[in-house]
Amino acid sequence: MLAIFAVQLTLAVLVTSVFACIQYRPLLFFSSGHTNNWAVLVCTSRFWFNYRHVANTLSVYRSVKRLGIPDSHIVLMLADDMACNHRNPKPATVFSHKNMELNVYGDDVEVDYRGYEVTVENFLRVLTGRLPPSTPRSKRLLSDDRSNILIYLTGHGGNGFLKFQDSEEISNVELADAFEQMWQKRRYNELLFIIDTCQGASMYERFYSPNLMALASSQVGEDSLSHQPDLAIGVHLMDRYTFYLLEFLEDIHPSSKANMNDLFKVCPKSQCVSTPGHRTDLFLRDPGSALITDFFGSVRKVEITMETINLTEPIQQTYSYVDQLPVSEIIHQKPKQKDWHPPDGFILGLWTLILLVFFKTYGMKHLKHIF
Amino acid sequence: IIVGVPLWWRTTETYRAWLPVSQINELSNLQLQLSAEVEVVFARGTVTPEQQKKVPLTQIQDEEHTVDGDLFINAVCLVVTKIRRLQGNICLKCVFSRGHSFEVQDMDVYVGQRRTALLRIGAQMRVGKTLDQLLAHLEPRIKQVLQVMSFSHTDISAALSDRVRLSPGNKESIADSMRTFKSSPGYEITFSLLNPDPKSHRLHWDIEGAVQTYIQPLLTKLASVANFSIDSQTLYYAMLGVNPRFDSSLSAYTLHSDSLAHVINPVEARLGSNAASSNPVLNFLLYVPDAHHSPLYIHDRKKQEVPSNAFHSPRWGGIMVYNVNGFYGPEAVFPVDVNINMAKVMGVFLAQLRLLLGVQSSTAPSGFLVAPCGSNGLADWELDRLMWSRSVENVATATTTITSLAQLLEQIGNIVINDNIAEQVSSAVTSLQLAVAELETGNLRFALQYSKEAILASERAFFDPSLLHLLYFPDDQKFAIYIPLFLPMCVPILLSLLKIVSDARQKRREKQAKKD
Repeated sequence: MLAIFAVQLTLAVLVTSVFACIQYRPLLFFSSGHTNNWAVLVCTSRFWFNYRHVANTLSVYRSVKRLGIPDSHIVLMLADDMACNHRNPKPATVFSHKNMELNVYGDDVEVDYRGYEVTVENFLRVLTGRLPPSTPRSKRLLSDDRSNILIYLTGHGGNGFLKFQDSEEISNVELADAFEQMWQKRRYNELLFIIDTCQGASMYERFYSPNLMALASSQVGEDSLSHQPDLAIGVHLMDRYTFYLLEFLEDIHPSSKANMNDLFKVCPKSQCVSTPGHRTDLFLRDPGSALITDFFGSVRKVEITMETINLTEPIQQTYSYVDQLPVSEIIHQKPKQKDWHPPDGFILGLWTLILLVFFKTYGMKHLKHIF
Repeated sequence: IIVGVPLWWRTTETYRAWLPVSQINELSNLQLQLSAEVEVVFARGTVTPEQQKKVPLTQIQDEEHTVDGDLFINAVCLVVTKIRRLQGNICLKCVFSRGHSFEVQDMDVYVGQRRTALLRIGAQMRVGKTLDQLLAHLEPRIKQVLQVMSFSHTDISAALSDRVRLSPGNKESIADSMRTFKSSPGYEITFSLLNPDPKSHRLHWDIEGAVQTYIQPLLTKLASVANFSIDSQTLYYAMLGVNPRFDSSLSAYTLHSDSLAHVINPVEARLGSNAASSNPVLNFLLYVPDAHHSPLYIHDRKKQEVPSNAFHSPRWGGIMVYNVNGFYGPEAVFPVDVNINMAKVMGVFLAQLRLLLGVQSSTAPSGFLVAPCGSNGLADWELDRLMWSRSVENVATATTTITSLAQLLEQIGNIVINDNIAEQVSSAVTSLQLAVAELETGNLRFALQYSKEAILASERAFFDPSLLHLLYFPDDQKFAIYIPLFLPMCVPILLSLLKIVSDARQKRREKQAKKD
């Protein structure tokens, strides 16, 4: 009897405390100002020994999906396929922890840009929205002015640049300009930029658009180090910063109240060897009021529908069905126009030079043979 | 050098078609003038004949509002007073009548389904008053009606929120602007039936008929605002992501409003979408609970049942829970055939659709009684209101797009501007100018049409795939490219020039020596 009463009392206490939280909910509706979440996760390096970069990206992908962002709102770009690589002793898996505890490749991975499609051009096109009309919906970033976007980049980088595919690079100025264009077109409400490369802090130095928050795994002049090699697979599995980031995110669930200040504490110098940095001066809200789930998860705002329309009598009128999109707009194929440009000025000069030298050495009498 | 250098310069410069930059700069200082026409009709017996003669025929009222200091709006209201029968024009009508036509005692204004508002005349009016007092009595009431039925300062500010980032005003307007979809040339509406328990329930819904009967009239009326395309699907074994709690007092399962936010995400992964278009999607889900969890009710924060049993998410869509346990008894043979009552379902979905499209305004001020919307689901003045805010929103968005595009192209001198982009920009600029002119005169349909053309052209120009500034060449890289090519060539030229100069000097010295 007493036990039941005690249980009822605790239940009552629980209910009242939950009720107290509910009263603060209306404020939360307006504090973040976003209605949907997007994520752009990019791994920029290829080759088997860069296994850890693919594992980094896939572990962030896994956390983001677990916290609620659907595949239709995630643009995942992986420069190489590690799971089906010939050198992978455990095919169809990508592990993020030694002893193969966590397979981040799973059976529900949707890669939008793969292999050689991951280029600087495609990345900038996705961000600014300047994609050719034939691009499918899953490859587009269809965000609006109420979207919070998470952008995660990993790979090899240096002071002011990030290397793509071992052949090209994106500079911090280009990235800042791309974000400014996104702001001009109001393609985001708030943007969280995380980069895990060597000298990563240089990539966010040049940002100048509002509502950006940036985190990097290392400062300028420092290298980001990898976590641990796995002897069975033979390569390093994860980078340190993302490893501890994944550990931190595994504790977050969709209704968690952890905020950005906790994220800044992830991977201190003792664990990471490099010094993670962050930049919040362009962010209008206080980072302590921004929840982790504002960017990593997708907590929907919900309103109860209070009104209904009384439709008891069907209307006896016939209307034509709404027109579907005309076929010409669905299959948009405009032939590529290649304009003929006159030869480059340099080539012209070179040929003129060669001709002059030729006629100087062999004399002008040969001219009449040509013309 | 004389031939080569200009030739080289001409052939290495990037092709940039001409853009109307001066007109674009003009547009950035946007001055919008919105005018709404109102006809004021006095019913018989409300105004004495002497007052009738004194009331002016037209009166214009200006109101200037500044939004963020950068943009001015004048709301011009033409008040034309005539004493005649009602006719079917497109402008608003405010009809003043005596008290006995009103049924409810404390109601002052009745807003009808088309464009008419019935206002109760005050008792003071019946006594002979001077003209100024008459007008002073009329004007604020007409202004109030206009704010409800056409546009108000908050509506226009919300529509311009793309251009000016407003600091939080009142909460309702923010919720409205967050809830409604942004103006877009097309929308996709998807109706989904979620059946988690096909073994118990075999559901039949006449979605095509219901859409044609209930939803299509609304969409046809909104055809001038946007194109709509409708899909429907049925999903089997689609569960809610949340476990409902059993409430023994109601002997039913309940979903608390806090857990509703987590319902949408697991389901959204399984909803498809049209891969061909990039239009925003409105999802309407009808969830029929499985036999073990029936009936299922949604409770609001005060633990009370929600009559519609539905909820919606801003800029996403709505979900309704439809209980079918009442259709069969406990001894029924499973699976049971159930015909869903589409009228009830569509009533809820229609209400949610109105909210999400921005048709439903926030609650009317006190003393106003709004007639229920007609068979179309949309009153004429609600459509006008939507058209006002859409036109302003389109104009603001198109202006921002064009000005930022011009700024971008000016800043980065290396981008190639093709002819088609220049064409789109010019047509966007002309459409914008026309739209602003039409807004000034109050031709709402033309203003909306021009603003839509402006938005289409500006978006096409801004998002053209050829405008990628990958040609980011810092100056030191340019030097690094050209120096190894030109330096070896320049060395013999420089040496020969030096030789010529020294020869000339020597000759001059010889001449000098000869002269001496």
